[in-house]
Amino acid sequence: MSTTHATREVEVKCTINGAPQTLRALPLARLLDVLREDLQLTGTKEGCGEGECGACSVLVDGELVNSCLVPVLQVEGAEIKTIEGVAGGAELHAVQEAFIECGGAQCGICTPGMVLAAVSLLAHTPQPTDADIRNGLAGNLCRCTGYMKIFDAVVRACQREGVKA
Amino acid sequence: MQTEIVGRPVPRKEGRSKVTGAARYVDDLRMPGMLYGATVRSPAPRGRIRAITFGEGVPWDEFTIVTAKDIPGENAVALILLDQPYLAAEFVNHTEEPILLLAHEDKHLLEKARRAVSVEVEPLPAVFTLEESLAAKEIIWGEDNVFKKYLVDKGNVDEVWDKADLIVEGEYTTGAQEQLYIETNGVIAVANADEGVTVWGSMQCPYYVHKALLKLFALPAERVRVVQCETGGGFGGKEEYPSMIGGHAALLSLKAGGRPVKIIYDRAEDMAATTKRHPSRTRHRTAVTREGKLLGMEIEFVVDGGAYATLSAVVLSRGTIHAAGPYSCPNVRIRSRAVATNVPPHGAFRGFGAPQSIFALERHLDKVAEAVGLSPEEFRRRNFIREGETTATKQVIKERVDMAGLLDRAFELTDYQSKRERFARENAEGNGTQKRGIGFASFMHGAGFTGSGEDYLKSIVGAEALADGRVRILAASTEIGQGTNTIFAQIASEALRIDYDLIEMAQPDTGNVPDSGPTVASRTCMIVGSLVESAVLGLRQTLQGAGLLTESYTDGEWREACRVYVEQFGALKSFSQYKPPPGVRWDDEKYEGDAYGAFAWAVYVAEVTVDTLTYEVRVDDFVAVQEVGKVVHPILAAGQIEGGVAQAIGFTLYENVVWQNGRMVNNQMTNYVMPTSADLPPIRVYFEEQPYEYGPAGGAKGIGELPMDGGAPAILNAIEHATGVRFTHVPLMPEALMRGLGESK
Repeated sequence: MSTTHATREVEVKCTINGAPQTLRALPLARLLDVLREDLQLTGTKEGCGEGECGACSVLVDGELVNSCLVPVLQVEGAEIKTIEGVAGGAELHAVQEAFIECGGAQCGICTPGMVLAAVSLLAHTPQPTDADIRNGLAGNLCRCTGYMKIFDAVVRACQREGVKA
Repeated sequence: MQTEIVGRPVPRKEGRSKVTGAARYVDDLRMPGMLYGATVRSPAPRGRIRAITFGEGVPWDEFTIVTAKDIPGENAVALILLDQPYLAAEFVNHTEEPILLLAHEDKHLLEKARRAVSVEVEPLPAVFTLEESLAAKEIIWGEDNVFKKYLVDKGNVDEVWDKADLIVEGEYTTGAQEQLYIETNGVIAVANADEGVTVWGSMQCPYYVHKALLKLFALPAERVRVVQCETGGGFGGKEEYPSMIGGHAALLSLKAGGRPVKIIYDRAEDMAATTKRHPSRTRHRTAVTREGKLLGMEIEFVVDGGAYATLSAVVLSRGTIHAAGPYSCPNVRIRSRAVATNVPPHGAFRGFGAPQSIFALERHLDKVAEAVGLSPEEFRRRNFIREGETTATKQVIKERVDMAGLLDRAFELTDYQSKRERFARENAEGNGTQKRGIGFASFMHGAGFTGSGEDYLKSIVGAEALADGRVRILAASTEIGQGTNTIFAQIASEALRIDYDLIEMAQPDTGNVPDSGPTVASRTCMIVGSLVESAVLGLRQTLQGAGLLTESYTDGEWREACRVYVEQFGALKSFSQYKPPPGVRWDDEKYEGDAYGAFAWAVYVAEVTVDTLTYEVRVDDFVAVQEVGKVVHPILAAGQIEGGVAQAIGFTLYENVVWQNGRMVNNQMTNYVMPTSADLPPIRVYFEEQPYEYGPAGGAKGIGELPMDGGAPAILNAIEHATGVRFTHVPLMPEALMRGLGESK
């Protein structure tokens, strides 16, 4: 990361996993670092740092973004959801349940981003076709599964009720 | 054997923590007073270090700086040989070789500092390819650039050439491949004079790191502790490299007075500096009869090991032993060599040499079949190995093996025969740009360490029964996504006939678990799983011996027996150590005998479309049929095959390491391309189960590496069917496809 950007911290107000937050960070600090280091929301992972792998995926105002490419200044007023906010307390989201049942998680490092990508996909396309699933997850790389079990998990999740982002 | 829990898709043990983001990987850990570490690396492929300059504008007095002079023990990464330094002192032998380490609490300042160090290297002539290394014009390692050579010699291949009706030759090559685990290499270390060294990290083999640190710090075993954190993929890439990065972080911590030091590679550094699959070249000369029987096979197999020996000798061994495949041939000679080049050392990657030599063989046999005038499948049917026959190393196959049956099933599932005919007809008739093809590969993969390897390892697994009836498995075998935690718990639950939820895995920590060997070589289920089974049975035996448990019991009675035992006698633990199955013999000198306790057997079929306008190849369908012994967990097992096939498709069509002056120059996910969800075909997985007598849980064998072996030859065989062009190199990039199709016009 460049160290030549503005060196004065700014204040950014946003909502993270339903709770209002005031972040203090350099304006070009990556949302990924602010989440992981300042808020200890370490479920969001860094895989490549250049927006290719999707391990750092979060939802910003319901849209799936790579948090390694988002300067924190951009999330002023936004609603952010990270993997820590997907389950409702002890109760897992249908997508998370399906990932466990179908073998969608192996090493687990892509899983938080992949779960958010699946949640986002189903929010936009509640009854996705096979092609919708493949394209909807194409920004999230998984090296373990070959994706087949992840597709199974998405299909199973959308067969259940109450799937909402 | 009728099983209750084995064979059922129970939930993955750590599944919940992974889907909620609660699982803790090493970069998720922070310690008080922690520094961040970085590595200054060689800019040149080979030469003498002339000067190291610290640039201006950096407060150097705030930094912890480590060079080779700061190493308390031996400056060598202990693995097979001791030729690879932790930090180059005088000479460098590859680009990105570590020279100097820096630590600071501000990671942004650290990165600025790393860039401000310049290393001046007086260049020496460098060797970049295995051909250059074999030519030996420049000697860069030992006396002849050769790390290791093997000779496998069965029958007398010299006598077959005169008798042969046909002799078919071919040469096949494979490129490097990056493991591309999504979690890069990373560790945290604490080292000080009083307490010794502790390393937490992402790794496959805690005891490999342990062994390396003992040498690096000249410490006794009890002063070094290595702990595996949740690990975000390995595929071999975290077999040997964690010893390097773990040592580096520990050296920095020692110099920094014991403050914790975290080193996490960014993606570019991980791809440029760490190990990859060995590039290879295989030459075949094959003698056959007019009837299509193999008479003799002469195989020369060479792998490029990079600058240091690391694991090349054993990668070469596995590649050598698999080079003649699942065929019966009376005369086989395999000569193999691993040679040195001035590139970062190549290392373990799923398949471990076998994908390279199997690629060559399965491409070559299509060529031999055509020369004989037989279809690829008919030629193979006439030569498949059967029970009682011998492999290239003269291993008598004692298990039931039915390669022809696997082939039949794979063909039926893919409608191979009719597609083979239809595609050929349509390709000949049609004027379109889309050509279709279907091809296959048949192969086997040995489980466990080669030859006497498991005898040397003498792995140990422990089990502890707690007072509340839970059973904790004590093993250094790591969960890296493949399902170690889950299958061990299934095996233990099945053996003890107690609930799956009563079984838990201890965190792999050399301070707390015995050495169950490295998590490699498709050995975790078959070898270590058997030890899990016998260790937990030891617990039951003790409880029954103490009169606390009857022959059959409920979970409640088990808990009660454990409670009483622990109250009366203290901790209840049981350990089990590896013993080879009866009748296994291996001769390290002659390189012959029982190379593996058991093999998995497979036939994979690929269907492709080749676009002759864009030179894009698309795999439309992929069927993987394999016999793997008892399937312990159907979803995890299928997941292993699907993931391995996906990596094999990447190896074949997408993943091209571009080298320039000994450096990987496309060391980013942007331009080193692995398959996405939009790229892959349906991967259809089918298991045959032929229980292995000495496998756990009713006869399991190993499966982790198998799926890496068959994809590349099956796909290139299909491309040949589609285009009529005989490609011999993977990855087959569009440029090469364009050249090949251009030449054929």
